[in-house]
Amino acid sequence: MTNIDIIVFAPLLAAIIAGLGNRMLGNTVAKAITTGALFLSCALSWPIFFGFLSGSTSTSVVPVLDLIHSGDLNVSWSLRVDALTAVMLVVVTSVSALVHLYSWGYMAEDDSQPRFFAYLSLFTFAMLMLVTADSLVQMFFGWEGVGLASYLLIGFWYHKPSANAAAIKAFVVNRVGDFGFSLGIFGTFLVFGTVSIPVILAAAPGMAGSTIGFLGGRFDTMTVLCLLLFVGAMGKSAQLGLHTWLPDAMEGPTPVSALIHAATMVTAGVFMVCRLSPMFQTSPFAMHTVTYVGAATALFAATVGTTQTDIKRVIAYSTCSQLGYMFFAAGVGAYGAAMFHLFTHAFFKALLFLGAGSVIHSMHHEQDMRHYGALRKHIPITFWTMTAGTLAITGVGIAGVFGFAGFYSKDAIIEATFASGTTSGGIAFAIAVFAALLTSFYSWRLLFLTFFGKARWAGSEHIQHAVHAHHDHPEHEHPDEEGAGSDPHAAHGPVVTGTAGYHPHESPWSMLVPLILLTLGAMFAGFLFHGPFIGAEEGAGFWKGSVYFDEHLMHAMHGVPLWVKYSATAVMLTGFAIAWWAYIKDTSIPGRFTATFRGLYAFLLNKWYFDELYDLLFVRPVFAIGRFFWKAGDVGTIDRFGPDGVAAMVVGSGAAARRLQSGYLYTYALVMLLGLSAVATWAMLR
Amino acid sequence: MNQFGFPILSIMIAVPLAAALVALFTDASKARWIALAATLVDFALGILLWANYDIGGAQWQFVENVPVFGRFAWAMGIDGIALMLIMLSVFLMPICILASWESIQKRVPEYMAAFLLMETLMIGVFSAQDLFLFYIFFEAGLIPMYLIIGIWGGAERIYASYKFFLYTLLGSVLMLVAMLWMAREAGTTDIPTLMAHDFPVQAQTWLFLAFFASFAVKMPMWPVHTWLPDAHVQAPTAGSVILAGVLLKMGGYGFLRFSLPMFPEASAHLVWLVFGLSMIAVVYTSLVALVQSDMKKLIAYSSVAHMAFVTIGLFAFNRQGIEGALIVMLSHGLVSAALFLCVGVLYDRLHTREISRYGGISNNMPRYALLFMLFTMASVGLPGTSGFVGEFLALIGAYNASTWVAAVATTGIILGAAYMLYLYRRIAFGVLDKPDVAAMTDISAREMLLLAPIAAVVLWMGIYPESFLAPMRADVGTLLARIERARPEGDSMLTAGKPVPAAAHVEAQH
Repeated sequence: MTNIDIIVFAPLLAAIIAGLGNRMLGNTVAKAITTGALFLSCALSWPIFFGFLSGSTSTSVVPVLDLIHSGDLNVSWSLRVDALTAVMLVVVTSVSALVHLYSWGYMAEDDSQPRFFAYLSLFTFAMLMLVTADSLVQMFFGWEGVGLASYLLIGFWYHKPSANAAAIKAFVVNRVGDFGFSLGIFGTFLVFGTVSIPVILAAAPGMAGSTIGFLGGRFDTMTVLCLLLFVGAMGKSAQLGLHTWLPDAMEGPTPVSALIHAATMVTAGVFMVCRLSPMFQTSPFAMHTVTYVGAATALFAATVGTTQTDIKRVIAYSTCSQLGYMFFAAGVGAYGAAMFHLFTHAFFKALLFLGAGSVIHSMHHEQDMRHYGALRKHIPITFWTMTAGTLAITGVGIAGVFGFAGFYSKDAIIEATFASGTTSGGIAFAIAVFAALLTSFYSWRLLFLTFFGKARWAGSEHIQHAVHAHHDHPEHEHPDEEGAGSDPHAAHGPVVTGTAGYHPHESPWSMLVPLILLTLGAMFAGFLFHGPFIGAEEGAGFWKGSVYFDEHLMHAMHGVPLWVKYSATAVMLTGFAIAWWAYIKDTSIPGRFTATFRGLYAFLLNKWYFDELYDLLFVRPVFAIGRFFWKAGDVGTIDRFGPDGVAAMVVGSGAAARRLQSGYLYTYALVMLLGLSAVATWAMLR
Repeated sequence: MNQFGFPILSIMIAVPLAAALVALFTDASKARWIALAATLVDFALGILLWANYDIGGAQWQFVENVPVFGRFAWAMGIDGIALMLIMLSVFLMPICILASWESIQKRVPEYMAAFLLMETLMIGVFSAQDLFLFYIFFEAGLIPMYLIIGIWGGAERIYASYKFFLYTLLGSVLMLVAMLWMAREAGTTDIPTLMAHDFPVQAQTWLFLAFFASFAVKMPMWPVHTWLPDAHVQAPTAGSVILAGVLLKMGGYGFLRFSLPMFPEASAHLVWLVFGLSMIAVVYTSLVALVQSDMKKLIAYSSVAHMAFVTIGLFAFNRQGIEGALIVMLSHGLVSAALFLCVGVLYDRLHTREISRYGGISNNMPRYALLFMLFTMASVGLPGTSGFVGEFLALIGAYNASTWVAAVATTGIILGAAYMLYLYRRIAFGVLDKPDVAAMTDISAREMLLLAPIAAVVLWMGIYPESFLAPMRADVGTLLARIERARPEGDSMLTAGKPVPAAAHVEAQH
């Protein structure tokens, strides 16, 4: 029993105990077991990470079980721990442990807490299985396992139709990605005769330039394989085209959004591309595709993020956009930078989500930022931690002195795209800078709308509900009513300002402690670790070949012109300034802007109409075709000319149905069957 | 003669037959207990059989051969593939009896006798080594199922059993003619001998098609599948369980035992037909399953889609494909059986199969919801369940044979998720707003006893499929050696790589 066994299996054991024990154990025991298991895993993970940082730990593979053995195909389950895995281990176990703790407070009033905690721990186990995968099939095991947990957690409040719809959508859209992943695994097995990742990676350079037949055409082998696998990554990491499930996934409880849909599961696609980086390096075409898809997603999600009013959806689109950054970093060959951003993003994005959860908690489940405002003084700890998260995501810092986490990782990506010198890299650079402007804008917008300005709580049904429930005297309902104030979004009708007599309370300590700890991550993760992750010499020593590490690119990255280096900071300040101007200085600007650019605003508010398009292209036709096959195919053709037609011929058309009902044919049939047996017997007797 | 001093296969056939005769002449209560006892005895004998099966030993084990008259012999014997299918049958039978314990109140002795007779015939099919003995078991197996649907079925039972009969009749006649010709041509009715006999290539095509007519209906393959939804809908729960669990496996077993080894060239020539129909089946029946409003029909259509994975895997002509197909057969036998039992649990309470009548039962039936979720996920092919292992192997085999087939068939994992989760959502999730649904009680101890063992095996097969693959490995090897000469070339045709020298690679970075 090694440490890695405990790290991986403790959450599984806890999930089984809490899940099956459920009401027998009671809330506290179930929560204590799962949370305890996660803190244990977390405590054991950090030493492994530090071991790789100091260079004292080397790659290890611990066998668990032989899963499938069929001819040449050998799928073994073993736990691979190298530098790449170590990074993921600390990310997954740390965020998961904190989210477990946070959920003590956030889910305190829920009546199926053991189930919730069991799902969270089950998810963590599956995610750990994914990141310790030594073979593609094991990765797929974890991949589907996290998909299941995500499905269960999105639909956790299963009485809500919207949550159920979102859960199915998440599972099915991910399955579209899995379709590609599966074909990629099949193809990889055909080409390399194995599904063992280290063997494949060692052999991959030797396959460069070979061709393969696929769906009637002939293509470059490695391009086909990489693109198929990348489709899987796109699904899991919500890249443009397969992103539609992620915003809807916000139907799940907020701790779930922080853990699964921000910090860990959605980064699995990035992890996969990094893990298989020696494969992707053999196909320039695949690399360009990864870059373009990542850049397109970063741009798309950032534009949509500027218009959303649901606090969780803004952060969800922000996540989607940041995942795009990670992908185009990988696409230009800067895998270290991609993983670095994954690492820092996990902390500050989990922080922002949990902070949003704290806001929602204090605002009685209101999620619409139009009904927030002026919360700064009521929930100060939440405010300050979320401010730290915002400083981290927008990348605030001074080169050479200190910066928040995103300052190091996002700037590294922007510099790497420029340094790559390719066309796709250049386009990604332009988009990265523009998206950074949008990131800064929507992040500060979120902060200003939530914590600054006047209280606009009176317009919220949730708040009114809460006030009604807590006050006996109806005259207390709207004592602070100040009448209709400024309107940040004309398109959404008038916004009522006033507190409605509601007094938001700061969240309990079980929720604040995780926020504070994550704040430390958001502040220092970049400053402390940028050396090993992206340093030209130090990086090679840290990664030790667990990702493809291009020292030349890293050198070039650190040597980009000054205007490139400062572009990120410049756009960050610009975004802040616009947000401040529009949401603090003169709050009539957003309304006037949306009135002027009505079309553009509607386009962004409706998320580029992807859901409508997919509904029209896929969902409706699939049901219509299904009905057509059933009614016109099975009933109208096969049955009509098949069994029903025969019946009509035998019995005479008019009487067929009646005779069938009366059971004549049934008798005939039995007689015929017996006759047939007699024929058979006769044949054998001869 | 065999590993034991006694003819264990004959005993396994005789026990349920004798019990059936006894049950016919007792009352309802005694008939139930007799049936349960007999099926449990057979299950115990099955475990003995598996425990004593010598992996890596002779191809045919537990062989019995008693000449009866003329060429006709009581020839029995099993290989690993037959062993696994017999295990599936004897495992499901006690569950079927228990599932009917309360829900069947009409003509109980006859009902139990029909099920016991069915068990006799199923074991006979998988252990017969004589061509005509096989035929008798194979065709006679229809009679009890036919009666079960026709007597204990739902409102449209006559139409359903008629349809069921008509489809299978056509195939049976053609197969019988082909068998007569083969016995004459090869001069033997011994199946192992026939499996090594080289029939003329021209004749193979006709023989293949004749057998195909029978097996395709049994599978069932598109477009001769329309009997299945009707049969399932009308059959009582246990009838559906045995129909989906075992009878649908007879087609696949037939392809494996007859079509592939006896007509390898014809199998290779007509592989386009099998692939074509299977590809249509995966997409077509999955889409049809999506729009069903009757739970049993939905699962029946999903069965057609799953069985298409079997035919795709079998005709991939490689080890992963065939082993995958076998695991899909076993897995589907368990999972669809369990799903029909799950439907039965609901039907027993509310007497309707309309999906829209349910909703929100996670609230009042949490244990049921958990098991139903497990089987739903197994049906969807989630890793860790038996469904994944089979589908994954079958598809990896299919990719080697044809990327087109693999790509089209793999869409099944998307569509499968869609229709199963949509079903689960409508039944288990949502608000519990219908009073009669809210009044339903969670599963009883008896019902738990039906579902829990299947759940355990589904997980076992999903996590450690080696237990099930090991006995069949050598037999798949024998089959592969036999069909290797006819194996069609895949469409990948990989060329060797032209790796870029390391120096040039570094240059390209600047």
